[in-house]
Amino acid sequence: MPTYVRTDKCDGCKDEDKVYCMYICPHDLMLLDKDGSKTGHAMKALNQEPEQCWECYACVKACPKQAIECRHYADVVPLGASVQPLRKTDSIIWSIKFRNGNTKRFQFPVRTTPEGSADPYGGEPEANMDELADHGTLFTKSTHDCDLDQFIES
Amino acid sequence: MGWFNRRKTVFEDCDVLVVGGGMAGCGATYESKYWGRDLKVVCVEKANIERSGAVAQGLYAINCYMGMQWGENQPEDHVRYARNDLMGLVREDLGYDIARHVDSAVHKFEEWGLPMMRDPETGRYQREGKWQIMIHGESYKPIVAEAARKAADEVYNRIMVTHLLMDEAKSNRVAGAVGFNVRTGDFYVFRAKAVIICAGGASHIYKPRAVGEGMGRTWYAPWSSASAYALPILAGAKMTQMENRIVLARFKDGYGPVGAYFLHLKTYTENAYGEEYESKWYEQTKELVGDYIDSQPTPTCLRNHAFLEELKAGRGPIRMVTKEAFQDPHKETVGWENFLGMTIGQAVVWASQNIDPKHINPELTTSEPYVMGSHATCSGAWASGPADCAPSDYQWGYNRMMTVEGLFGAGDTIGGSAHKFSSGSYTEGRIAAKAAVNYVNDLKNEKLQVSEKQYQDLKTVIYKPLENYEVGRNEIVAGTVSPSYILPIHGLQRLEKIMDEYVGGISTNYMTNEPLLTRGMELLDMLKEDLDHIGAEDFHQLQRAWELHHRFLASQSVAHHTMFRKETRWPGYYYRGDFPKLDDKDWHCFTLSRYDRESDSWDLEKAPVHHIID
Repeated sequence: MPTYVRTDKCDGCKDEDKVYCMYICPHDLMLLDKDGSKTGHAMKALNQEPEQCWECYACVKACPKQAIECRHYADVVPLGASVQPLRKTDSIIWSIKFRNGNTKRFQFPVRTTPEGSADPYGGEPEANMDELADHGTLFTKSTHDCDLDQFIES
Repeated sequence: MGWFNRRKTVFEDCDVLVVGGGMAGCGATYESKYWGRDLKVVCVEKANIERSGAVAQGLYAINCYMGMQWGENQPEDHVRYARNDLMGLVREDLGYDIARHVDSAVHKFEEWGLPMMRDPETGRYQREGKWQIMIHGESYKPIVAEAARKAADEVYNRIMVTHLLMDEAKSNRVAGAVGFNVRTGDFYVFRAKAVIICAGGASHIYKPRAVGEGMGRTWYAPWSSASAYALPILAGAKMTQMENRIVLARFKDGYGPVGAYFLHLKTYTENAYGEEYESKWYEQTKELVGDYIDSQPTPTCLRNHAFLEELKAGRGPIRMVTKEAFQDPHKETVGWENFLGMTIGQAVVWASQNIDPKHINPELTTSEPYVMGSHATCSGAWASGPADCAPSDYQWGYNRMMTVEGLFGAGDTIGGSAHKFSSGSYTEGRIAAKAAVNYVNDLKNEKLQVSEKQYQDLKTVIYKPLENYEVGRNEIVAGTVSPSYILPIHGLQRLEKIMDEYVGGISTNYMTNEPLLTRGMELLDMLKEDLDHIGAEDFHQLQRAWELHHRFLASQSVAHHTMFRKETRWPGYYYRGDFPKLDDKDWHCFTLSRYDRESDSWDLEKAPVHHIID
């Protein structure tokens, strides 16, 4: 159920600061063939190990040229369908085409804040090191005190 | 002139080293740096933390959230729930510790930008079930990783950690880790005072149902390569409950999740003839497990058991009845988003086979077994518990420290604390991190010692598959058949076949017994010898070679634990044909193992299960 790269769309991220599919793939599957020695197509990416693909779509979502699609796994399902996303910074649009031509379309939010805006310790006070060995608290404090009525005496 | 001499060696000295940047690793990195402002905190990940670990694809629900701010649930009840689901055997201290802290992690996720669904009437988080809340989680992992990346002193992506380093000044103390960059091949030596293992559990140790192009579509991510277990095992840490593998009943072929379908959409299962079947197997199951069948909700393994028995009785396939619920457009949207948000492959299977659940009730199947510590299962390292509520048998050091000094863990790595899921794994990472900072501070200026010989020896071992390939390759004209080496995929498929046929995989209906296990272990021993002859053509294959090593060690551990527990504790996960019943008299206990690297032997023992909650 692997991804593949369209020759006509992939430009090897030549104008980008990184090769997006290689950057993001959780399983090290995507590879840029810089000199074309592997594929006959210089500066195009490929999925080097399709049978290890989880079809997580990380590369599909990340590709700035929408050059990556899935052809669903040959040993399990018939040809003809497609499930393709368009991910924007705040939402994702999914287009589903069934083998029989029926279609469905969904849009869902992905993030409520701008990318890069997460503030890890925003608004939190400096660590009070006297609390370091206290198991009842992590630094965000809002924890539950043991309800000892429900504990077995030991 | 070996391969290893050509590679650059990169050194990184730090105080806290987090191995694996999934949910647990992000939590560990984040909390470490809060308490250890003056410490150097480093996270190392074999992929890219932006999309790594089990949540890389996204997640549609957070399955561990108490809702204490609204008085919805209390941690004590979560302990009871996990205990029931695991047929009585959980580390209640660890589970309690996670449950009391987990809500605060979820609140941070929301603050950082995770879109939460809310109940339109109450304004609270939308409940999917008693413990689950619903999210638009496509970017769950990137959001959580962003905070961790900002917190860390350094995040190393694309480094696969293969081994831990041990202190030579004091025995049984960890001193760091080594690995290699899967793109450049550079060798990395991390010298660290404390190491927190947050690596992934194990997919692909049992033969999956699809073995061709679709073999990657396992339920658990194919990159979960058992480093969570192999790293502690190699360091001599005690492991627990490694026999407690999990089998999932899921939508067929895509392994699409069923939680929201059962809990929120109120769909239900039936056999091929439209009959409810679970109640039919009540008496038979009661014969096997006694009163555990009366637990509410019915334990996950026992629901699997009824499913399997109904199939064996010739009344399959089992289907999910979706046609009724999907007439409601809102529910239809929820059903599809559920897949598109976390298991896109299931949407693909349905589209490809013209399955529109509005008109067709889709088939379910049971997966091959997986080993993990975070779902309805609790394999992993044996860890010290929190001092304020852990029984003395479970306390020998800092919270979440294993039986190796300075070695901590969280998420899939830690055994006994089932049902933590994404939020609980993150929280356990935070808990382990706070304890690790405490440990590092207590070490003061004590010096750890790692000789050049120690890491140079490991370097030779790590790059050997490249040399095997280079030397052996010229013996053959072309192709993959060599008399001198096997490729990582060959080793993986042999491992999966052995585990499947002898240690209770799908082809035996999850059944095993002592003679099968004995033979399986003999075959595993031979595979172990062959692992010295893995050939890797490039660094990508070298990663696969080391993933195989890690999976192998976890598998051996699973086989030994399965042999040791002489009962069938979790029918539906696996069966011991020679001990078909649950046996509380002799086996209401944890199983512990320790691997001794010097003698290549496994020692097994029992440990008591203490109930701390009534």
